[in-house]
Amino acid sequence: MKAAEFRYAAPTTEAEAVALLGEHADDVSVLAGGQSLVPLLALRLATPALVVDINRVAGLDGIERANGHVRVGALVRHSALTRAGSAADAVPLLALAAPLIGHFQIRNRGTVCGSLTHADAAAEWPLVAVTLDAEIELRSAAGARSVPARDFFEGPFTTARQPDELAVAVRFPAWPDGAGFAVEEFARRSGDFAIAGAACAVEVRGGRVTRCAIGLLGLASIPLRADAAEAAIVGTAVGDLDPEAIGRAATAELEPPTDIHASGRYRRRVGAVVVARAFRTALGRANDD
Amino acid sequence: MTDARVPVTFTVNGEPARLTVEPRTTLADALREELDLTGTHLGCEHGVCGACTVLVDGAAVRSCLLFAVQLEGADVTTIEGLSPADGSLNPVQEAFRNCHGLQCGFCTPGFVVSLTALLAENPAPTDDDLRQGLAGNLCRCTGYQGIVAAARQAAGTGVGQ
Repeated sequence: MKAAEFRYAAPTTEAEAVALLGEHADDVSVLAGGQSLVPLLALRLATPALVVDINRVAGLDGIERANGHVRVGALVRHSALTRAGSAADAVPLLALAAPLIGHFQIRNRGTVCGSLTHADAAAEWPLVAVTLDAEIELRSAAGARSVPARDFFEGPFTTARQPDELAVAVRFPAWPDGAGFAVEEFARRSGDFAIAGAACAVEVRGGRVTRCAIGLLGLASIPLRADAAEAAIVGTAVGDLDPEAIGRAATAELEPPTDIHASGRYRRRVGAVVVARAFRTALGRANDD
Repeated sequence: MTDARVPVTFTVNGEPARLTVEPRTTLADALREELDLTGTHLGCEHGVCGACTVLVDGAAVRSCLLFAVQLEGADVTTIEGLSPADGSLNPVQEAFRNCHGLQCGFCTPGFVVSLTALLAENPAPTDDDLRQGLAGNLCRCTGYQGIVAAARQAAGTGVGQ
């Protein structure tokens, strides 16, 4: 449980950080909160020659509201999103998802962008990012680009981020006032990665659903959207919606992975239940005015 | 790799600490092996068990998931720093003793540090707050009933207010 040797660099500017990543792209890891990376190092599942610690880089710890988005910088800890009264209030799913991550000691260090780039299929921020069509801002020495969340996650622990790129921020779109949100997940122990989970966003106007997003966690190698179920819900009168049927529809076509925690079949059944719960709660919170 | 050791200066329990460590040395190992502060215990060494919990700039964190080199300028408090200098017990420790909140005692420093941080942030926790707050520390002896009772007693005595 001791990390292999590595060299350590602690740049103080974004430019310096991405220069280091560019120079050592073949064998480098970025250290932000370290709540996923340090266990990987301790277990020697990762043995980079160089660790670039970005904690001293100025300007990466902001939560800002701009152009209909909440922009969360690379050093924003999970715990910052569990407290009300920040710019993050414009995206209620952030405060709903943050308390579900690990334990408070983990939330004090772990970062939103670190969780996105680590890309565990059962992690909360990838789920929220996919549900809200967030954009991940990547920067390298060669320039900057934004990647939509649905294109960012490519497989388990695999993303569109290249080794020379730093995820400097993520932009979560804000929905109009009155939209309802919920996250539900099922884990066998508090703080564990969930067996399955779901996030829902619902907008209701004139008694009908006008917009809906359903994200699924732990039911595939990457977080998914229930596109067909969403399309069937939009336009439907609220009274005609059956959350249990929506849960079944959202998960019917999936073939979730089997592992020591749960069989794929069980995961799908749990998935249907958490979608139903999340949808019912989000719909209850939606304000039709 | 040749000697790639790095100097780092931070504060531990109010005292300055100047170390030269390999980058891979965790804060937990630095506390125990360089500074002889062996009250911080290491169970799993990958962030699951909570035995190594310390305060960094007032926030409870896993000291096995931080490298000592990251601590430049930080203010670290360990279980030793939470106990009165005369060897008596602080109110959280006393609650653990009163309520049989420990058996072998291995996990206890982590519980005491976590509970201290929890009560500092939330001086009037609900039962659910306490249970959620204790969920990040594992005990393999007590069945947790004594620990939860100790947490209730500590919260009732107004620790952290």
